[in-house]
Amino acid sequence: MDARYQRRKFVNGLSTTLSGIAVAIGVAGLVWILGTLFIKGLPAMNWAFFTESTPAPGSEGGGMANAIVGSLLIVGLTTVVSTPIGILAGIYLAEFGDRSKVASVTRFVTDIMLSAPSIVIGLFVYALFVTTTKHFSGWTGSVALSLIAVPVVVRTTENMLKLVPGSLREAAFALGMPRWRVSLDVCLRAVQGGVITGILLAVARIAGETAPLLFTALNNQFFTWNMNEPMANLPVTIFNFAMSPYENWQSLAWGASALIAILVLLLNVLARVVFQSRSKS
Amino acid sequence: MKVSVNKLLVSLLMSAGLVAGANAAQLTGAGATFPAPMYAKWAEAYKAETGTTINYQAIGSGGGVKQIQAKTVDFGASDDPVAAAELEKSGLAQFPAIIGGVVPVVNIKGIAPGQLKLNNATLSDIFRAKITKWNDPAIASVNPGVALPDTAITIVYRSDSSGTTAVFTDFLAQVSPPFKGVVGAGKTVNWPAGVGGKGNAGVAANVTKIDGAVGYVEYAYAKQNKMSHVSLINRDGKAVQPNEASFAAAASKASWTGTPNFAVNLNNQSGANSWPITSASFILIYKKAEKPEQSAEVLKYFNWALTKGQKMAVALDYVPLPDNAVKAIIKSWGEIKGPDGKPVYTAK
Amino acid sequence: MPQNTIETEAAVQAAMKRQAEKSAVFLRQDRIFAGITFSFAALVLLVLFGILVSLMVQAWPAINEFGLGFFYSTTWSPSTGEFGAGIAIWGTLATSLIALLIGVPISFGIAMFLTESCPVWMRRPLGTAIELLAGVPSIIYGFWGLFIFAPMVQEYVQPWMINWLGAPFFAGPPLGLGVFTAGLVLALMIIPFIASVMRDVFETVPSVLKESAYGIGCTRWEVIRNIVLPYTRVGVIGGIMLGLGRALGETMAVTFVIGNANRFALNLFAPGNSIASTLANEFAEADASMHIPALFGLGLILFIITFVVLSASEWLIKQGERKAGGR
Repeated sequence: MDARYQRRKFVNGLSTTLSGIAVAIGVAGLVWILGTLFIKGLPAMNWAFFTESTPAPGSEGGGMANAIVGSLLIVGLTTVVSTPIGILAGIYLAEFGDRSKVASVTRFVTDIMLSAPSIVIGLFVYALFVTTTKHFSGWTGSVALSLIAVPVVVRTTENMLKLVPGSLREAAFALGMPRWRVSLDVCLRAVQGGVITGILLAVARIAGETAPLLFTALNNQFFTWNMNEPMANLPVTIFNFAMSPYENWQSLAWGASALIAILVLLLNVLARVVFQSRSKS
Repeated sequence: MKVSVNKLLVSLLMSAGLVAGANAAQLTGAGATFPAPMYAKWAEAYKAETGTTINYQAIGSGGGVKQIQAKTVDFGASDDPVAAAELEKSGLAQFPAIIGGVVPVVNIKGIAPGQLKLNNATLSDIFRAKITKWNDPAIASVNPGVALPDTAITIVYRSDSSGTTAVFTDFLAQVSPPFKGVVGAGKTVNWPAGVGGKGNAGVAANVTKIDGAVGYVEYAYAKQNKMSHVSLINRDGKAVQPNEASFAAAASKASWTGTPNFAVNLNNQSGANSWPITSASFILIYKKAEKPEQSAEVLKYFNWALTKGQKMAVALDYVPLPDNAVKAIIKSWGEIKGPDGKPVYTAK
Repeated sequence: MPQNTIETEAAVQAAMKRQAEKSAVFLRQDRIFAGITFSFAALVLLVLFGILVSLMVQAWPAINEFGLGFFYSTTWSPSTGEFGAGIAIWGTLATSLIALLIGVPISFGIAMFLTESCPVWMRRPLGTAIELLAGVPSIIYGFWGLFIFAPMVQEYVQPWMINWLGAPFFAGPPLGLGVFTAGLVLALMIIPFIASVMRDVFETVPSVLKESAYGIGCTRWEVIRNIVLPYTRVGVIGGIMLGLGRALGETMAVTFVIGNANRFALNLFAPGNSIASTLANEFAEADASMHIPALFGLGLILFIITFVVLSASEWLIKQGERKAGGR
C-alpha cells in the first residue's frame, strides 16, 4: 500500500514539475520574443514615427504614418464588412443549424477555412479582383482579410449562441416573442460579450497578416487615403524593411512590429474586459 | 438595420477613394529587388520636386515581368532583360535605368572583406557544390598565405525567381561549362545544395547568420550590411574589388546603341579594372499606351532619373548609365505611342 | 392582461382574429429573418466553396499532366517544368508534426499549471502573458527565428543532437535553418492558442467533480488525468486541431526559417519547403504554363490535408463520446 502511495505521490510531483517547466519554457519564449521586440521597437516610436511617411533608404527621419493609416483603413473596412456577415451567418448556424443541410456544410467548410493558408486566400483575391480591375488596391486587401476573419466570427458567434441556456430561450418563447426577436434581442444580447470577443479576436488575427496583402494591397511608399490604389500597410512594410540592409528601415520595422503587438494586446485585454462585464448580467 | 449602415459606409469609402484617385498623379511599378533602394530614393526626391508619386514595390524580376504583362502596374522592372521575341509578343518596350554589380559574399571566420580571392573555376565549383570545404586546395591555391578554416561551405541562393540569380548564373555558365551543365542559367535554377533566401535581403540575412556560408547579392546589400565580399579574378586575369569604379569599367565596354532593346550583357567584360558580374536593370513599359497620360508621367519620371537622378546613384553604390546610353534611351521613347499614334512624351 | 371572462362571442372572435393576425405577422417576420440569415450563411458557403472550386479548376492542368504522381513525386523544378508535391507535403507535415509533438505537451503543462497549481494572484497575469504570444504577428516569429533563434539552434542544439541522435533524421551539417527549426518556431506559435483553449475548457469542469475526486484522496495528477481530461476531451481535441490548423497554414514564419530548398531529404536538419512557403516564394513570378497550376495544386493539397485532419478530429470526438456512453 505504502509503495503504491509513494508511486502516486512521485508521479504527481513529476507532473507538477514538468508542468512548471512547461510554463517556464512558454514564459521564457515569450520574454525572449517580446523582449527583442520591445527593446528594438520602442526606441523607434517617436513623434515622427506616427506622423511621417516611410523614408527612402538612408534618408533622414521618416516614420510609418502611411503604413499605420493604411492598416487602420484596411483592417477597419474588413471589420465593417465581416462583422455583419459573420454574425448573421453564425446566427443561422446556431438557430437553424440542426435541421439544415446548408448549415452543416457551411460549418464544415468554415472550419476548413479557419486553417487555410493565408497566402492561398491572397492569391485567390488577386486572381479574382486584381487582375480584373488591373490594379492593386487597399480594398482588395480588405476582401482578402475578410475571407480570413469571417470564418472566425461565424464560429465564435455560433459557439456562443449555443451556450445560451435552453430555459432562457423557452421563457422568451413563452412570452409570445417571435423567433427573430428571441434570437436577436434575447440570445444574442445574452452572449454579446462573447460575440464581441470573437470579433476582437478576429481583428487581432488579421492585424498581423502579411501574405494576403502581398498581392492585393501591395504596398505604397507614400501616403494615401485612396483605397482604390496600392496602400501602405504595416505587415508588408515590416516585411520589406526588416530584411533590408538599411538601419533606418530596420529600426522602423521593429517599431512597427512592436506597435502591432501592443495593439493586439490591447484588443485582447479589451476583449476580456468586455466579455467579463457583459457576461456578468 | 446594421447591415445597411455598414453597406453605406463601404460604398462611401469606395466612392471617396475613387474621387480622390482621379486627381493626383499616382504611378505604380513593381519588379526587381536589385535596384529597389535606388528607385525608392529617386521616388522620394522626385515627389519632393514634382509632387508625383512613383510607388515602386520590389517583388522580384519575375514578378515585375508578370505584373506588367497583367497590366496591374504602370511599369515593370527586371534585371534579366526580356527576350526580344517575348517583348515583341507582349508589345513591351525595354530600357535600362541603372547599373549595379553582383557580388559573392561569404561568412568565414577570420576572413576580412575583400580578402578572399576567387577565380572562375573556384567560384563556379563552389556554387555547383563540387568544392565543399573552405580549406579545399583549389581555393587555397588562389589565396596563398590566407588561413582558411575547415568549415563546410553552405551555398545561399535566391528562393524566389530573381534577376540577380539570372545575372549571376549567366556569368558562371559563360565561364564554366560544367556549371552550365549541372545548374544552368536563369531566374530560377536547380541549385544542387544550400538554402534559399527571399530577395537580396534574404540572401544577405542568411549569409550573415550561417557560419561558412557563401551567397550572391547586389553590391549595395553587401556594403550596407558590412558583409565580407569576395575579390574576383576578371577576364584580364586581374583581381578586382567590387566598387563603382570596377562596375563602371565593365559598363563602359558595352555597345549600348548597337544592342536591340538595350539588352546588353555586362558580364565577363574585358578590361583590367572590370568587375566580372555587372548588370543593368531594365524597365518595361507598353509601346501602345492605353493610358497616355500615365505613360507620359512614367517617361517624364525616367527622364528625370536618367539625367538628374544618376547623381544619386553613387551614394547608394550603384553606377549611372553612360551618356551615350542615356541619349539613345530617350530617343527610343519615340516608339511609345498613344492611341492617336503620336509619341506620348518627348523629352525637352 | 385581459380579464379571463367570456363577454360576447363577437369579442372572443375579435380577440382570436387579432391573435391570428399577430401570429401571421410574426410568422412572416420569422420567415424574413430566416431568409436573411440563411442568405448570409449561403453567401459564406458560396464564397468559401468558390475558393475551393477555383483552386480545383486552376490546379487541374497540373494534375492532368502529372497524374497521381503529382501527389508524391519529389521533383519540383520550375526551370524544367517538372512538378511534384512530395517535397512540399513532407515539409508541411514534418513541421506541423514537430510543432504538435513539442507544442501540445507544453500547452498541456501550461494549462495544468494555470488551473491547478498556480497561486491565484498569478493566474490572470500569467494567462494574459501567454495570450500575448498569440498576438505577436507571424512575421515577427519569422524574423526572430531567422536572426536570433536559428543561429542559436545551429550553435547549441543541433551539434549535440547530431552527435547523439544522428541519421537519418538528425544528420549534419548544422545549418540552423531547416525543417526542424521551422517546427520549433511553429511550436512556439501554436502554444498560446492550444494553451488558452485548454485552460478555458479546464476551467469549465464543475468544481464538484474535482472536489469529490480530491475528497477521496486523488492526487492532482490523477484528478487531471481521470476527471478533467475526459470531461474536456472535446474541447481539448478542438484546441489541438486549432493549433494544428494554424501550423499547417502558417506562411511567413515558416518561409523565413525553413531554408527554401526544393530538394527532398529525410534529414530534419536539412533545408526544405512547405506548401505555404513554396507558394510565398514562387507565386510572384510563376508563369502560366505548368508552374501556376502546380502551385494551385499545392494549395488544393493543403485543403485536402486540412479536410482529412478535421474529419479525423470529428471521428476522434465521436469515438470518445461512444466510449463515454454518449452525452
